[in-house]
Amino acid sequence: MKFSESWLKEWVNPNVSTDDLIEKLTMAGLEVDATEPAAGAFSGVVVGEITAIEQHPDADKLRVCQVAGHPDGIKQVVCGAPNAREGIKIPFATVGAVLPPLDDGKAFKIKKAKLRGVESFGMLCGQTELLVGDNDDGLFELPLDANVGQDFREYLQLDDTVIEVDLTPNRSDCLSIQGIAREVGVLYKQPVNPLTIEPVKAQTDSLVKARVDAAPACPVYITRVLENVDNTVQTPLWLQEKLRRSGIRSIDAVVDVTNFVLLEMGQPMHAFDKATLEGDMIVRFAQNKETLSLLNDQEITLDDSSLVVCDHQGLVALAGIMGGSRTAVSQNTTSLVLEAAFFDPIIIAGKARGYGLHTDSSHRFERGVDYTLAERAIERASALLIDITGANAGPINIVQDAAALPKTVAITLNKKRIAVGLGFAIDDQEIEDILTRLGLTLQSKTDTDWVFDVPSYRFDISIEADLLEELARIYGYNNLPTTTPVLEQTLAQSPESVTSLDTLKDHLASSGFNEAITYSFIDPALHKKLFDDQSAVNVLNPISKDMSIMRTSLLPGLVQTLIKNVNKQAQRVALFETGLTFKPLADFNADTMQGLAQDGYVAGLLYGHKADQSWHSGSQNVDFYDLKGALESLLSLAQADVTYTPCHDVAYLHPGQSAYVSLNGSVIGVLGALHPQTVKALGLNQSVFVFELQLDAVLSTQKPAFSPISKFPEVSRDIAIVVKVGVMAADIQRAITTCAGETLKHVNVFDVYSGKGIEEDEKSIAFSLIFQHPSRTLTEEEINTPMDAIITLLESEFNAKLR
Amino acid sequence: MEHLSDIVKQAIEHIEAATDLATLDGIRVEFLGKKGQLTAQLKNLGKLSPQERPEAGAKINTAKQEVQVALNAKKQALEEAAINAQLNKEAIDITLAGKPQPRGTIHPVTRTLRRINAIFSAAGYETAQGPEIEDDFHNFEALNIPGHHPARAMHDTFYINPTHVLRTHTSPVQVRTMEAGKPPIKVICPGRVYRCDSDVTHTPMFHQVEGLVVDKNISFADLKGTVDQFLKAFFEADVPVRFRPSYFPFTEPSAEVDIQCTQCQGKGCRVCKHTGWLEIMGCGMVHPKVFESCNIDPKEYTGLAFGIGVERLAMLRYGVNDLRLFFENDIEFLSQF
Repeated sequence: MKFSESWLKEWVNPNVSTDDLIEKLTMAGLEVDATEPAAGAFSGVVVGEITAIEQHPDADKLRVCQVAGHPDGIKQVVCGAPNAREGIKIPFATVGAVLPPLDDGKAFKIKKAKLRGVESFGMLCGQTELLVGDNDDGLFELPLDANVGQDFREYLQLDDTVIEVDLTPNRSDCLSIQGIAREVGVLYKQPVNPLTIEPVKAQTDSLVKARVDAAPACPVYITRVLENVDNTVQTPLWLQEKLRRSGIRSIDAVVDVTNFVLLEMGQPMHAFDKATLEGDMIVRFAQNKETLSLLNDQEITLDDSSLVVCDHQGLVALAGIMGGSRTAVSQNTTSLVLEAAFFDPIIIAGKARGYGLHTDSSHRFERGVDYTLAERAIERASALLIDITGANAGPINIVQDAAALPKTVAITLNKKRIAVGLGFAIDDQEIEDILTRLGLTLQSKTDTDWVFDVPSYRFDISIEADLLEELARIYGYNNLPTTTPVLEQTLAQSPESVTSLDTLKDHLASSGFNEAITYSFIDPALHKKLFDDQSAVNVLNPISKDMSIMRTSLLPGLVQTLIKNVNKQAQRVALFETGLTFKPLADFNADTMQGLAQDGYVAGLLYGHKADQSWHSGSQNVDFYDLKGALESLLSLAQADVTYTPCHDVAYLHPGQSAYVSLNGSVIGVLGALHPQTVKALGLNQSVFVFELQLDAVLSTQKPAFSPISKFPEVSRDIAIVVKVGVMAADIQRAITTCAGETLKHVNVFDVYSGKGIEEDEKSIAFSLIFQHPSRTLTEEEINTPMDAIITLLESEFNAKLR
Repeated sequence: MEHLSDIVKQAIEHIEAATDLATLDGIRVEFLGKKGQLTAQLKNLGKLSPQERPEAGAKINTAKQEVQVALNAKKQALEEAAINAQLNKEAIDITLAGKPQPRGTIHPVTRTLRRINAIFSAAGYETAQGPEIEDDFHNFEALNIPGHHPARAMHDTFYINPTHVLRTHTSPVQVRTMEAGKPPIKVICPGRVYRCDSDVTHTPMFHQVEGLVVDKNISFADLKGTVDQFLKAFFEADVPVRFRPSYFPFTEPSAEVDIQCTQCQGKGCRVCKHTGWLEIMGCGMVHPKVFESCNIDPKEYTGLAFGIGVERLAMLRYGVNDLRLFFENDIEFLSQF
């Protein structure tokens, strides 16, 4: 809601500074979003009159005007405006005037000048030069009754501030100057000047019959015929100025008047061109697929939840939102049907948005318009139109279903509830004072309760809590006490079966990974590059195509981040992210969203240099084992049996450099290099190593269990064997462990070799075994026996040759 | 006895000339060893008369001690020299960088979430999580935002289908918490939220922490105190806080919370649009209809609720001047935290 301070002051004048007013409104919940001066900064401009005009001798487009208005008498001014002519009154910037800064930011001083040899003493101004409007066509023509010589700022009361209030959806009562004035009156304890509206006497008996076939949706529908309208007349400047300062452009007298009443009282109105109406007017719900061509030339197809107005020929308006084009008022209109109604907010709500519309009318009706306003609004508009356009009014035609009108709400306010809810008891007298100032009526009271009636314009007050808010608001939120809640103490369990997410993140960060947070919606093209046709959930109304599907994996976001960083010449990228993925499962139902897994994952990515290039080791690129090492370290948190098995069937991974990661025998994710073709498709030219694991699994752990430490010596044995390249070290290691028995404490691969001395399809692997007994020293025999058995087993099972 | 002082003199000369420990040990053997020259002198004592023996013995012992002292001193000197030589040889340029141990960083949003979490969990708040694709009931209906409520326009919702949305706030987690448990409830709900809005000051995804306290006799004053304490704790400063009436369908009364601009201390600057205040969070008392949706009796219980925009706090706390940086994940940006 935008309004000028001077207009507000016509209604209520607390005699405070603009800053004070802004602060007061803001702190009462009517947040002032912006203020601006009603006009540009200028001085020395007076109301002028062109008393004589002739062509400039040397310039086709210039004319030489004799202008009245300067205290010293007639001045000569050279002017290029196309509408300059004798007799018009215009803003006249006299010599010495200072006009608003031009594009260079410097104030524009008016000096005596010579234009093509003719002397000029000042400048005649258009609206844009003074920042008093956006009409750029030529001189700003003032009404002929303007007082020549009067200071122009004073004439239009331009020393005024435009205040824009960002109203919350509950405060529809403040979507008018009347509503704002009411609020200001309450806040400053000042009387508000009532708007006196005298009913207009019918001068004709002209009437258009109206009927409401949907009374609950439209309990009041009021019309009046106005004839003999001259819609070519100019809207009075005072009215135009009020519209302009509220951000509404002047169209023609009829539209301007309806807009004015909307701003002044908060009642949306519509005017139909009576000549285009056929037969009676009917308010009803639309039939499915009915169409309506709107004022803005938009063609809409309706459904049966939309309320419309029609005549015998068809639809003429989308009720409470916008009129139709067939019955629109134009400059040639000579007779009108003025409409003011009350539409149920629930019927109007969301409708405009559904048709891609938003109008001043729909904005108000869907939030709630005072249902008692319509008749007064019609009277107000009629009087103005009679005055401005010379119209004759017909009788007022009220179609009303009293039973369907909103009921007055009565609310019981409990004294104790105030103390509990606000944490503080306000004095009884003050409570009654605040609420009655707000327009509520005290209906009855007892020792413990009050009953208040809510005024028809406060759609937001319906329960006791609403009254508490009003009390707190007017009393001042910041004047209320400040305490903290006291709750019974309960110390929460601290489970040791879960690693905290913070620990996991810190661990990865200490291992060199930067935490990234990427969007949950991703580019379907990227999804396809990694996961081909794997199904995903779409966003119906994405911001853009490249943010239109919900990620099924954290990897696309990390890969996207990698690409961005590589494009910025990053040499090393190590990233991780945790968060939900959105995977449709086999039984996924797109209507109910049943079967959509929203599970947490942790994923990471490693690319480029092992570490920042160093004097010590030069630059080396990361490999599979760098990432695996980081993962082994991370998974040590889980205190579980972790295994890595070759993974050949994940399309986006390199089949020879990827693994399934299992925790206690269940697969919890993958690790590996991206498939070279994927890397290429992503436009990268180095290996990318990634992992992605189920978060819950990684975070599950168990509390440590102590096992006694042996005091007896360890015995170490090494064996080196040659096996085929395809034999996995972990398989050999597992076989060794199983075969060796309980005294084998540890087995470790300490060398892997292929090359000179080893067949091309073979590799040498060396294991170090450590034996130890918990309660005695092992004998030579007790070590040799398992070692022999291990060697025999490796020979038979892996075709291993002892080196 | 002339002979004895010659031996000592000779021994001392040898000792002084020695340049390594092995030579020095040879000298020890030559003079003090079992067959050494001074030991031999002791053996000769027997040739003297009993009256002469004590004096001669004492002289020999003095001579032996003299040589031993010289030997010890030289040994210590040689050892020191050896250590010094080793130290000199082993000296390195300690100004060179250590072997790189790449250290990653925690995202500033996470960092901020942790601070918020730490402050509230110290006061006994539990943390609750929920789905991000939410049904209409939990995201809107249960929060007193029915189908055509104008407040839905405030939310710029991303839809997955006509009945499911990307949650526009973490309030649905509060609803789920109330559905699942009985008061007293003291919980915070951190997480990602989504709004269909993208420009310089909006990203289509951001983070919120919503808090909820439900019990008998929770008041608006408690709400004010909780929010006020939180902001002072978060900013580690006694920042002025003010409450402005506002509107959220799920709270009544509702308030916007401003803190004095941290940039200009309230004098007015570009950051606070010259108002001296920064809008920092929203809060209010739980609306009775929300309680009814969650089967909590609004006559028996009251509750306070608040919602914190995490990126907003992170920007103010760390001086980040562009919201979008949080989701661009530029390594140069991430590495600063």
